[in-house]
Amino acid sequence: MSETPMIQTRQLTKTYRVGDIDVHALRGVNLEVNKGEFISVVGASGSGKSTLFSVLGGLTPATSGSVRINGRDLSHMTNAERTNLRKDTVGFVFQKYNLLPTLSAEDNIKLVKYIGSHNTELDSSFKEVLTLLGIADRLKHKPRALSGGQQQRVAIARSIVNQPAILLADEPTGNLDSQNSVAVLTLLRDLNERLGQTILMITHDEEAASYSHRRVHMRDGQLTS
Amino acid sequence: MILTLVGVSNGTLHESARRARGSGADILVRPPGSSILSSLSSSPMSDKLPDVFSKEPHVVLATGTIIQPLELFDSITGLDMEQFSRMSGGFHFLEGGLPVQDTDMIVDEPYAREKHLHVGDTLTLISHQWHITGIYEPGKLARICVKLAALQNFTGNPHHLSQIYLRLDDPSKAQSVVDTLRAKYPGYPIFTMEYFTSMLSVNSLGLLRNFTYVVIGIAMIVGFIVVFMAMYTAVLERTREIGILKAVGSSSALILGMLMRETLLLAVFGTIAGILLTYLTQWLMLHFAPGGLYQETVYGWWPITAGIAIVGSLIGAVVPGIKAVRQDATEALSYE
Repeated sequence: MSETPMIQTRQLTKTYRVGDIDVHALRGVNLEVNKGEFISVVGASGSGKSTLFSVLGGLTPATSGSVRINGRDLSHMTNAERTNLRKDTVGFVFQKYNLLPTLSAEDNIKLVKYIGSHNTELDSSFKEVLTLLGIADRLKHKPRALSGGQQQRVAIARSIVNQPAILLADEPTGNLDSQNSVAVLTLLRDLNERLGQTILMITHDEEAASYSHRRVHMRDGQLTS
Repeated sequence: MILTLVGVSNGTLHESARRARGSGADILVRPPGSSILSSLSSSPMSDKLPDVFSKEPHVVLATGTIIQPLELFDSITGLDMEQFSRMSGGFHFLEGGLPVQDTDMIVDEPYAREKHLHVGDTLTLISHQWHITGIYEPGKLARICVKLAALQNFTGNPHHLSQIYLRLDDPSKAQSVVDTLRAKYPGYPIFTMEYFTSMLSVNSLGLLRNFTYVVIGIAMIVGFIVVFMAMYTAVLERTREIGILKAVGSSSALILGMLMRETLLLAVFGTIAGILLTYLTQWLMLHFAPGGLYQETVYGWWPITAGIAIVGSLIGAVVPGIKAVRQDATEALSYE
């Protein structure tokens, strides 16, 4: 019997209303991602890949179709249920890092543990992850005292601290120079290989996508390959 | 702002009451037709009346004054210096002494400090040049005093008085003496000094009370709007942060709870800072405008202003807060 996919979508659609115009951002997306897989969704701006990211992460509801994350169906979830899902099941890495500016790197990470109702102390195994990410000695610094690459590594640490079923990364190297981009992508691949973390990365960059095991392309709200 | 306004209203009136008590009188007689706290710009009583009142039972001393209002809260008081000194126990001069000439003037220390006056200086008031001959400790009925006859003549009110002060042999009989005098001199508003000074409060002065309430009301509304807008803007600017919290799984209740706690803390610190600022304004008034307004610390208004600050800031925070948590997380995250 085959294992249940970590991510599974069926005829997924999402339509936005912009003024009097309906924008069909997703037009029947069918996607399966297995546990431990590192997949890239590649597409140009406006292709619908960021909308797919939001729907898969439960940040916004789908218009129709089904979305299952780790076996849980998001289609009929309320806003509060989707919020609850995000505590433990999904980790996010954003292009703009989205760290809370008034908190230190460590507190940004601990806050997510607190929200997830976990003990906020960082255990030894996670400290090893922080060492792997290269930020173990930067934890007391506020985001403004960190470089873009360091901030993104803190964001990655934050995204996995509650050991989510999937890690969603939206253009994680979009704000980084090439050196930091390589470092971050290498780290994502290491996390996938060492910890078995399932990762779905949204990117427009084929070179970034080459770090993943599999890549699918998106165009006009549909997966093309 | 609210605490300062209320403090100045109360403080200025209470300072007037303290000065009135410093006259040493037990009974106050005012002109017929005037109310207890009406303006004293006219001088309709004859200066023969003190002699009449001094012959009444229990009255051991009677002296009349004339008052010439100046700008704002100031006024010149004309006194029979000898009689007033006997009644009040005399001025305690820090510099100089009693007026000798008709153009001599004495002022209290706060007024002298504010106007930078010293004995020997001249001061022009009501179109006359006055020579400062003495500076006395405050609390003796008036802040600017001249000889009675001189002020009567300069203001075109010879032999007229604004009010009359009576001293009794037994102050405990003041009310019964007032009752007797009222019966004998119908039409003259006659009060014990105790009653008069008790009426020098914001609540007793109809016009001032209404004015104060209007000013305080405006201050409360302005204060509320300022606090509301400050918090509204502060929370609105944090829409993106609220989006981040939503993205990592914070419930709306948790986010609003955080906002409320933070706002409450800010409001409490703001209130404490506001209270401390009232001490600063008190110090500034005492040192830079000692002859004008007095500000008191009005402890009773501390909880009221704290309430305004807390309610204003909580409402100011909760409105954009609810708006932000209701927003789609992706919209909140894209807020710039």
